[in-house]
Amino acid sequence: MTTLSRPAQLVSTERAGTFIREKGVYLALGALVLFNLIATPNFASLRNVQLQLVQVSPVVIVALGMALVIGTEGIDLSVGATMALAASMVSLFVDRSPWIAIGMALVAGVVAGLLNGSLVAFLGIQPIVATLGLFVAGRGVALAFTKGRLVEIFDPTLEALGRERLLGVPISAVIALILGIAIAIVVRRTSFGRNIIAIGGNRRAAVGAGLPVRPVIVSVYVICGALAALAGVLVTSRSAAADPSFVGLLIELSAITAVVVGGTPLTGGRVRVLGTVAGALLMQLVFSTLIRHDLSDSDARMVQAAIIVAAVYFQRDRGAR
Amino acid sequence: MSAIDVSRPPAPPVEDQPQRRSELVLGFMRRTPAVPVLLVVLVGGALVFGGSFLSARNFASMAVASSFLLIISVGMTLVIISGGIDLSVGSMLALGAVLTAYAARWGSVPAIVVPLAVCTLIGATQGLLIGKGRMPPFIVTLAGLLFARGLAFKVSDNGNITHVIPSGEWVTALGQSRFLGVGLPAWIALGALLVGMVILYRLRFGLSTYAIGGSEEAALLMGVRVVRMKILLYTLMGLLCGIAGLLVAARSSSGLSTIGSGLELKAIAAVVIGGTLLTGGFGGLTGTLAGVFLLGVIENLINQIGTLSSFYQLVVSGTFLIFVVSAQSLFARRELRRSGEVVF
Repeated sequence: MTTLSRPAQLVSTERAGTFIREKGVYLALGALVLFNLIATPNFASLRNVQLQLVQVSPVVIVALGMALVIGTEGIDLSVGATMALAASMVSLFVDRSPWIAIGMALVAGVVAGLLNGSLVAFLGIQPIVATLGLFVAGRGVALAFTKGRLVEIFDPTLEALGRERLLGVPISAVIALILGIAIAIVVRRTSFGRNIIAIGGNRRAAVGAGLPVRPVIVSVYVICGALAALAGVLVTSRSAAADPSFVGLLIELSAITAVVVGGTPLTGGRVRVLGTVAGALLMQLVFSTLIRHDLSDSDARMVQAAIIVAAVYFQRDRGAR
Repeated sequence: MSAIDVSRPPAPPVEDQPQRRSELVLGFMRRTPAVPVLLVVLVGGALVFGGSFLSARNFASMAVASSFLLIISVGMTLVIISGGIDLSVGSMLALGAVLTAYAARWGSVPAIVVPLAVCTLIGATQGLLIGKGRMPPFIVTLAGLLFARGLAFKVSDNGNITHVIPSGEWVTALGQSRFLGVGLPAWIALGALLVGMVILYRLRFGLSTYAIGGSEEAALLMGVRVVRMKILLYTLMGLLCGIAGLLVAARSSSGLSTIGSGLELKAIAAVVIGGTLLTGGFGGLTGTLAGVFLLGVIENLINQIGTLSSFYQLVVSGTFLIFVVSAQSLFARRELRRSGEVVF
């Protein structure tokens, strides 16, 4: 790209466009926080901030895994079903030990990821279809484990996981923060992260360059499944019940929205971790702001729809054709 | 991949000798793996349940139960062949149903016109954003999913009200009356399928749909009006959602704002099981019919067992989906390898 030969004015508007495209989600998030500080009573109160963080952290955790998957030009529709599976695992094993329960939930997530990843990497099935199978079946399996019921969970360790705070910050938010930093380091600093981006950019070229394409793709789905399972454990511990019918319902859509609003294109080849976190925070804040200002749930959905369209409209690649 | 890929070696010459029978069977399996699976399931159902499964009455009820999914899947097939996807169909169906029940207070004609008009309009808007705005269909229709569900909730006062079609309005006959012993929705779905087949196989519109799905650039170079085609495709999808919603409302005499959740993925599953590739450019409506029918039969068989809870239906459907798609992919890769393509 040589911009030198172009008129100066063109370059500056182009720069403005690029700026909005790159930093739009942070600008929008900042503007929304500012608006709330001025217009919403008790917005900056500790309780409200804690509540928002608790509500958003499962979405952030799932969206982090989703960002990696989308980076390889994939998608994972089964994250909600994986959360339900994790919840059912917790209900099955919590009587033995909460740690075994958490471990088995994570194992379920890893197995789900292995299944998805193998279908994509070894059988060459398109990611939407490959993960659709588990999307349909996973919740059914979870319901079969709990015999179709909601199982209440009484366990001090899990309860603490849902209620305790570290320096005033809810534990689930601390976990989400740590995972965010970890994933950001993985993407920016490791060869695994570079491989993800190379595969998403051009799978054929990545194969030609001798990159370990299949192992990377499988690992990405495994990470996504494990993170979804962790989110399932957190949701279960907070509500003190495993309800496979509703745990993680529609979270795949929230997670994909967060990733896309955060500036990661669905066509792969790029992963923006900080943007994904900001995207999740933005959508959460939009929703709670609208509700706090007496808009109904239905209006809030429609405004969210408009924001998604606007975000993608500004980010779309103007260079194409 | 694309039609103008010069790096690929020329295809090996087609040999004139007649294909072996096993290859014919394999080719058929690859194109529509749903059909053999469907046959196995049908025979199995007949052996286990006999008359209660094979009866004309049971098949008539299956036809009506599957009709809404079939109407949606016809549109979804066209959209997917064009290389797109529509996630908004479940919400749009709910919106159509709610608007039918809401508008029925003014009479039966508004009860038909309002949902069809609104759903078509939303579909056209999505098509405009995808075609003219060059935005990814996945995202646009994801936003459409939120928007249509939000609107459906708004019309029913945030889900607190379920509008009921006043008794005596003839619009309910669309969902409840029978023709030749089979409910009207099944006949309307059949009509939609036939219209879809004419569009896809007999009109230039269909050829353009395949062309866009095969390679958008090549289609553009051939003079296909890609933008207009995309707008029309998503508009048609919206109209079909409106029709399906109208029928659902007419059948139950009410418009529930929560119905149709997850229908988009069920429709995609039916289309994919039917052998249409999500990458676009390949597939057809015959396979989709088999896919819809297969899902309907599975549902019916699990209901027949009775003691089995409904969530096993999810397990079985999901397993079938994975199985069929894996088989399809394995056959396709085998064929690609044989023709000298590098498969990775």
